[in-house]
Amino acid sequence: MDLIRFYLRKLVTIVKNEVIVLPSRVVVVVFFLFLLLLPVFTSNQYTLRIFTLTCIFAILAASWDLLSGFTGQINFGHALFFGVGAYSAAMINLHAHIPPWGSIPLGGLVAVLAGLIIGIPCLRLKGTYLALTTLAFPIILMGLVFAFPDLTGGELGISGIKRITRSSVTNYYIAAGLMFGLCSIMWKITDSNTGIIFHAIREDELAVRAAGINTTRYKLMAFCLSGFFAGIAGGLYAHFMRIAGPSTLEVSMSFLVVIWAVFGGVATIYGPVGAVFILFPLLEFLRFWQEYRTLMFACVLIVVLLYMPDGLFPWLRDKIETECPRCKIRNISSRTTCRVCTARLD
Amino acid sequence: MYWRHMFLDITISGLISGSVYALLAIGFSLIFGVARIVNIAHTAFYMVAGYCIYYVSHEMGLHPIWGMFAAVILVTALGMVCYKFLINPIREHEGAVLIATIALAMALQEIMTIMFTGTYLSVPSLVKGYFVIVGVKVFYQQLLTFIVALIVLGALWVLLMKTRLGLAIRSTAQDKEVANLMGINEARVAMMTMGISVGLASFTGAIVVPLTILDPLMWMHPLIMMMAVVILGGLGSLKGSFIGAYILGFAEAIVVFALPAGAFLKGSVALSIMILVLLIRPEGLFGVTFEEER
Repeated sequence: MDLIRFYLRKLVTIVKNEVIVLPSRVVVVVFFLFLLLLPVFTSNQYTLRIFTLTCIFAILAASWDLLSGFTGQINFGHALFFGVGAYSAAMINLHAHIPPWGSIPLGGLVAVLAGLIIGIPCLRLKGTYLALTTLAFPIILMGLVFAFPDLTGGELGISGIKRITRSSVTNYYIAAGLMFGLCSIMWKITDSNTGIIFHAIREDELAVRAAGINTTRYKLMAFCLSGFFAGIAGGLYAHFMRIAGPSTLEVSMSFLVVIWAVFGGVATIYGPVGAVFILFPLLEFLRFWQEYRTLMFACVLIVVLLYMPDGLFPWLRDKIETECPRCKIRNISSRTTCRVCTARLD
Repeated sequence: MYWRHMFLDITISGLISGSVYALLAIGFSLIFGVARIVNIAHTAFYMVAGYCIYYVSHEMGLHPIWGMFAAVILVTALGMVCYKFLINPIREHEGAVLIATIALAMALQEIMTIMFTGTYLSVPSLVKGYFVIVGVKVFYQQLLTFIVALIVLGALWVLLMKTRLGLAIRSTAQDKEVANLMGINEARVAMMTMGISVGLASFTGAIVVPLTILDPLMWMHPLIMMMAVVILGGLGSLKGSFIGAYILGFAEAIVVFALPAGAFLKGSVALSIMILVLLIRPEGLFGVTFEEER
């Protein structure tokens, strides 16, 4: 009983001293509660379905950020990992009869393989060359999918995959839980030493090499990690939609990932996740305006980018928080002195 | 007989798609070279030009040649307006420019869908009729498209190599700061280059549209092939774009006519060729290795 009281008190202290003081942390907590309690407020199948898909795509967008935002290796063909994950999870499930909890991680591993295969030739390329070359890989794979319809189902894709669970609420919780878990892992990776090296590679690769770090290995690692997370998103998508079709490999899919990530702000992880949670439901919400839907979507994108070219979330965060010049701790911008070292904030 | 047929078909189709890719790729690499803008909306302008001709020739009932003029002028103006108000304000942010051009392409695609519906449309050709060589029909329109494309490429070469504007464009592409110090108005050159680039795209659309079918998604495939051409030939090299375009155009034609299920594989084979070349020469066939910008 005392133990419980101790932990409760500790929780209250943390909330009071670490969470309430910063609006961005409050937003994260509110977001978590929103995801947790969403099925309580709505039992609408359609809404739950949209948010399940949103969670899946949030994993995908964050994985793009891990590769392209952090190491600066702009990948225009992220749909490759997603598609490979989806197709391999579907095939493993269908032919080897492995249930979803096995086939989704295996799909992720196959996507890692795809990351290695495209990573090794692509690492010799830089900047725009790399971006435009990576665009080619999902299209090559799509051509193969159409050319061998016996194996891949061609235009119709592979159907008849087992669903994860019967109830849509459980499906939603699985997707949301995985989204939280995987995005935290990605965030932790970017916060570790490896993440610092990723940052450094984007800023100045030559300097990193001069410091005695094998940048090729780290870039390949970024490709594999990103491929793994994107592959898991693909496997989840395949099992949730119960179909793995060529739409997962389309150019527009690759573009959509880049749109989400850049809209939210690159090299942040939370930016792309937040952007998916704004843009994907927005696109669904505009559905009642069927004809003008994509046009409105494009206009929103252009207008937001004109005013905040660094992305939405870094812009918002800079508005509501300032960094203490002495101890580098973030404070809410309404404070005049730092909450830790009491230095004056300008 | 069969082989001769196929050979001719491949030649015609390869020459035409090669010229189209060359025109598109040169426009794309011009604006990339001068302003470092990866303009995803490049082929969307090509699509808009096609619809412009359709509107003039079908809805207004004029001869398609007027449509061509209207298309080139209107789309070039549209391109420059888009550059001025959408791309120029965020030019320092590479990622944002990328998304802005993707969004622009999407917006153009949607506007065309709303105005003309998503159905397949066709445009009458400028010259009717055909002649026959060894049993293969060659339409005069195909011949015209090819010749006009070559003329435009020649004119572009003269513009870039022999005029003061061309000199300004080339020097800005080589080194922006130094060009600025030499008294070249970099912002104006970028604007002019955008105009030329979009003008080329709309012209390509104008000459090729009678040979193909119009639909709002027609910009996707040329976009990918154009990027592959630019990479294959080497970014910033006009000669490379020219040769790369014909290589990929012929590769596509050979795959389509010679392989079963070729229509599905044409993109895959052409892009695989590009990747193979990059494995051997990472800067493309005629690539100029840019000074690393640190």
